Amino acid sequence: MAFYNKIIKKSIWVFHVSASPCNNCDIEILDLITPGYDVERFGIKLIGSVRHADVLLCTGIVNKKIAPRIKQLYEQAAKPIFVVGIGTCTIGGATFKQSYNREGAPLDKIIPVNAFIPGCPPKPEAMIDGIVKLLGTLK
Amino acid sequence: MLLKLFYLLIFPGFLFATIFGLIVGWVERKVSARVQFRIGPPFFQNFFDVFKLLGKEVILIKNSPFFIFVFAPIIAFASVVVTTTLVGTVAFFNLGIGGDLLFIIYLMMIYSVALILGASSTGNIYSSIGAGREMKLLLSDELAFILVILVPIIQSGYSIKLTEIVNYQSQNGMIIGSASGIIAFVIGIICLQAKMAMQPFDIAEAETEIVDGTLIEYSGVLLALWKISHHIMYVFLPLLLVILFWGGISFATVGAALGSIGKYLLIVVVLILIKNTNPRVRINSAIGFFWKIASPLAFIAMILAILGV
Repeated sequence: MAFYNKIIKKSIWVFHVSASPCNNCDIEILDLITPGYDVERFGIKLIGSVRHADVLLCTGIVNKKIAPRIKQLYEQAAKPIFVVGIGTCTIGGATFKQSYNREGAPLDKIIPVNAFIPGCPPKPEAMIDGIVKLLGTLK
Repeated sequence: MLLKLFYLLIFPGFLFATIFGLIVGWVERKVSARVQFRIGPPFFQNFFDVFKLLGKEVILIKNSPFFIFVFAPIIAFASVVVTTTLVGTVAFFNLGIGGDLLFIIYLMMIYSVALILGASSTGNIYSSIGAGREMKLLLSDELAFILVILVPIIQSGYSIKLTEIVNYQSQNGMIIGSASGIIAFVIGIICLQAKMAMQPFDIAEAETEIVDGTLIEYSGVLLALWKISHHIMYVFLPLLLVILFWGGISFATVGAALGSIGKYLLIVVVLILIKNTNPRVRINSAIGFFWKIASPLAFIAMILAILGV
């Protein structure tokens, strides 16, 4: 298992889950995969299908409508899977703290989360740092 | 018997094709990265990806035909490995079976057919769209590719054996030197682009449009098999073009060996540059291009070959 964990650190395919965000974090995630940051150096690749994913990048407050769907997405993904909450919304709700239909507060009420990256929105550098720290916990 | 197993399992076959295919896949990613002013992935990236996929969970779909879903990637992988063995034995040892060119044409079609079967067995809507597009692409590029292959067959005196084509070229000069040869070669490169589902013709697995299309429901080992099969196509398709048009490859002297590697790498890099400088076309313009422009041009090349030009 240790050898497998060593390999999986070098090949991370991320899937972008947008769970009712204000679109700010999503734009920063798209920024992350532009040539300027070149995350392919670390083997990080954005993919389109949840079946291929290793990491789910979740953004936004999870409202009542999206909560069952994000649970379904988590179940559809091939294990082992890691979940990273991007932005303060997934932790405390940020601007939408007092919104009436806020369901996932924090996100790990709905699905197990491995790491949170705070910020409104977090910079791409912070996201790379967060993902690298998450992988550092793998033994 | 033992030697044949060696060919199939170790040298031009299974082991060599897998390792070399993944290395060429790295070349593709690295050159693409350099074109986009990036640094690109490390050398072993494709090996890491495949090894990681081997350890992931395989998800089978409840209401889909299990047999087709599981066996489609295995059949596709087997067909590309056998094709690499056939092309590789001709390239490296100058050995071949009678009529192997026809056999190779059929084997290359099996990959696409397995992809269509596997994609349509899932019941996913994007997967079905991808399967339909793959079928249309197969129908459009196959005619042009067979007409292209007919040119060396005619020039070498109607022989459908790859070793005889190579011998003909070593005596009478390369086929690419003739007018019909150069037209056929250029169209052949465009057909390879469609066969490998690379950028202008990646309509079947358009990532931004139908999210990986044909492969959307595959995970774990089965996805790894699809990825390896796709990378192995980088090994045998350019090699086949080198054998058919460019005099084959030889490792007799150092100069010949360097020239052979250069010929192979040149075709690969041209394919990658075409991939990086062209946007994805619509399915109707792809079919229109192959049926209205590429196939008539290949037909003209065939007529020129019959006239002996």
